[in-house]
Amino acid sequence: MSDLGALASTGVERAVAAGAGEAEAYVSEAENREVRVHDGEVESLTAATQRGLGLRAWCGARVGYGFGTDLSAEGLATIAARAVEAARAADEDEFAAPPAAGGEAPVIDGLSDPSRAEWSPDRVADLALAVERAALEADARVVAVEQAVYFDSGERVAVAASSGMRAEYETTSCYAYLQALAEGENGRETGLGFDLARGPAGLDPAAIGAEGATRATEMIGSVKPASRRCPVVLDPTVAASFVGLLGRAAGADAVQRGRSPLAARLGDEVASTAFVLHDDGLDPRGFATAPVDAEGTPRRRTALIEGGRLRTFLHDAYTARRGKAESTGNAGRAGYRSLPGVSASNLVVAPGTAGAEELLAAAGKGVYVNDVAGLHSGVNPVTGVFSVGASGRAIEGGKLAGPLREFTIAGELVTMLRDVQGVGSEPRWVPFGGSVSTPPLLIGEMAVSGS
Amino acid sequence: MSAVEQLLDQSVAERVIARALAHGGEFAEVFAERRGGLTLAIDESRIEAVQSGAEAGAGVRVLSGGTTYFAHVDGLDPADLERAAGEAAAALRGERAEARALRAEAPAPQPVERPPGDVPADRKAELLRELDERAREAGGEIVQVMASYGEARREVAIANSEGLLSGDDRTRVRIGAQAVARRDERVETGAETLGAARGFELFDDDPAAIAESAARKALTLLDAVPAPTGSMPVVVGGGFGGVLFHEMTGHGLEADHVQKGASVYAGKLGEVVAQSLLTAYDDGRMPGEWGSDAIDDEGAPTQKTRVIEQGRLTGFLHDRQTAAREGAAQTGNGRRESFRHLPIPRMTNTYIAPGDAEPEAIIGAVEKGFYAVSFAGGQVDPATGDFVFGVNEGYLIEGGEVTSPCRGATLVGNCLQALAAIDAVGNDFWMKTGICGKGGQKVPVGTGQGHVRIAAMTVGGTEA
Repeated sequence: MSDLGALASTGVERAVAAGAGEAEAYVSEAENREVRVHDGEVESLTAATQRGLGLRAWCGARVGYGFGTDLSAEGLATIAARAVEAARAADEDEFAAPPAAGGEAPVIDGLSDPSRAEWSPDRVADLALAVERAALEADARVVAVEQAVYFDSGERVAVAASSGMRAEYETTSCYAYLQALAEGENGRETGLGFDLARGPAGLDPAAIGAEGATRATEMIGSVKPASRRCPVVLDPTVAASFVGLLGRAAGADAVQRGRSPLAARLGDEVASTAFVLHDDGLDPRGFATAPVDAEGTPRRRTALIEGGRLRTFLHDAYTARRGKAESTGNAGRAGYRSLPGVSASNLVVAPGTAGAEELLAAAGKGVYVNDVAGLHSGVNPVTGVFSVGASGRAIEGGKLAGPLREFTIAGELVTMLRDVQGVGSEPRWVPFGGSVSTPPLLIGEMAVSGS
Repeated sequence: MSAVEQLLDQSVAERVIARALAHGGEFAEVFAERRGGLTLAIDESRIEAVQSGAEAGAGVRVLSGGTTYFAHVDGLDPADLERAAGEAAAALRGERAEARALRAEAPAPQPVERPPGDVPADRKAELLRELDERAREAGGEIVQVMASYGEARREVAIANSEGLLSGDDRTRVRIGAQAVARRDERVETGAETLGAARGFELFDDDPAAIAESAARKALTLLDAVPAPTGSMPVVVGGGFGGVLFHEMTGHGLEADHVQKGASVYAGKLGEVVAQSLLTAYDDGRMPGEWGSDAIDDEGAPTQKTRVIEQGRLTGFLHDRQTAAREGAAQTGNGRRESFRHLPIPRMTNTYIAPGDAEPEAIIGAVEKGFYAVSFAGGQVDPATGDFVFGVNEGYLIEGGEVTSPCRGATLVGNCLQALAAIDAVGNDFWMKTGICGKGGQKVPVGTGQGHVRIAAMTVGGTEA
């Protein structure tokens, strides 16, 4: 265990010594563990440590970025030189400057679970095996599990800047998932089951296995639906993907560059009043939760859509300066290898009052979408127009009916949000589309294309 | 050999392998890597997001009784490597196993005329300005242009307990351009890329042409009508059109999916899966192509593998473990994103070999159908064979003629049916670059083909 705060401070000093007017360092150190099992055996067991530092250097109105894994004195000097050299290749940007020193960072409990460190490799392997077994035992039609995976990580982060800003925090996280294979009439069907928690003690292997089994077996005998416009219920896993798109559209960076379907819609009616959305960087159940964002600004809870209206955009320090707004603590980054940029933290859709059956009853005759594919290729991020591959179940007489596959659902993001006619009462945390918590959503009408 | 030795000293490698086998195991391997790169972008006609970095580290794995024990560390000091070996071996309980003496042998890497690291950053910024200007010149309705430049160098060295000590020095460069066109409330985007396993010489011949192409696509889409919906003949364009084959067949030929029964091609080796006009390859040796390397990430030489010969399934893509499991030969497809990942069977450059048909004739025979020139990307579930593709440049075909451009089209279908429905393969042929994701690992892959026609496929538009 090294002193990450001291490393970050040294990084900042090196950058200034190399010629930067202002500098910021981000250091992360992670211990990761992964177990993959197949057919009752451990297929692979991975143990890893990972540590690196990224330096953002401002030379006047130019900014550059350097990163590396060599954190010796010499290594830090090399990273600093890279960052300053990168800045010199960039053009001037009048809004480029380090974040202003933020307010007090909140104290958030529950970001680390001691069970992660306490559970031995054998014990987490047993958990992964239990996930696989649960799927096989749940239904005789489940003939195999392609893979069951357990992963956990303990990460420490330190951020420091020449403004005097200093922040450090520690989190743990883990997840398990499996892909169950069921024997169908026309070949095999797959079903994903997953769960996430702060530590292995928080996972329910039986529920993960059962979900995979259910999702695979319910697809047996699926047919292509007829093309039509009809009510659609989005499973939380699917709703989360769309909410993730919405989070990107609400990012001030996309808005300021004119590449968001929400640009110029601040204060406008963009959703039905049933749909309430927050960006919540403080909820201890969310994986993006931390005292500070990726550039050291305190995380917070921000209302994005309330009363059907778009209340704010999400800002980091750069977009805040450019948009004459305040940072909402929404700087994110993929790790020490990348520059920070605007990104949603945890997107939380407020649960409604409709139980699962009520939602189906309200849909009457339509489609329940269980899974979507091709979101990275089927969405125009500038206009919000989408057409994505889907599979799910028919809804007949207000109840789930036969399985459907090989169809697309299409529409436009804001039109879809305005047509949210029902919000389920049972939300779920989903790691697709970022970190999202959402219940199922009933959309009044969408275009379904099949045969 | 010196480059490999510099990364992984032979005596150090021997010590690390011995340490990895301290508690038994049938096989041990150390994979050492030094990687570095530079990326920059232009947006709003301003050079930004200049990022430069270097990482070094190693991964050690031990195979024992069907289980892989893997550990990776940052750093290449002998102490770092031994620590990784110790961690990998920590869960084993057997007697020490012996390794063979190492024999250094590395094939020549893909040639690089002008290492991008030697080219000043200003020249790269200038290249992006050229792209920006060229796209804007394409028309007054182009309102935004974004372009990016990326270079990466990966030096790798691999040693294993069977005596292999090999290495590779991989340089890749790639540029991309994206243009946004606007007419009143209509906003459309177009994109194009150019990349290779080569040096900066790739950009000698009018690189800014990709920006013009991206802009033309965006402008064309301003006149687009909503895509048709329903089942119809689909003609797929060459180059990146090959991503269709990559997704709907290539992934199902990766032997890990096959061996777990999670591929629709399992048990079909030697069977007819397509019409006799279709022959396809995976070839990791195509000179300079985006998916080419001298060796795979387990040290096996890359090769040209015929996967379909005149409609008959002739080969799967193997890494070391899948080959060993069924007594097959390795095919040089064991690839990994970095030292932080385990190798798994992956495609390299995958393509449908050129056929006999003239592209015009392929389209001319379609009374009413859809022409998918290029895709934004695609996804497949290899176990069920269900796939989906987003079309980013598509047109209606009416009376054998290409007519209106269409927006928002998605193709969905099932691999086996769609592959068998390919009823024409064009005599034109070219390759394009892609980034393929599998099991959380991204690797560069080439895709290619000429024009190809699928007799019937579901097109999902934005209007039902």
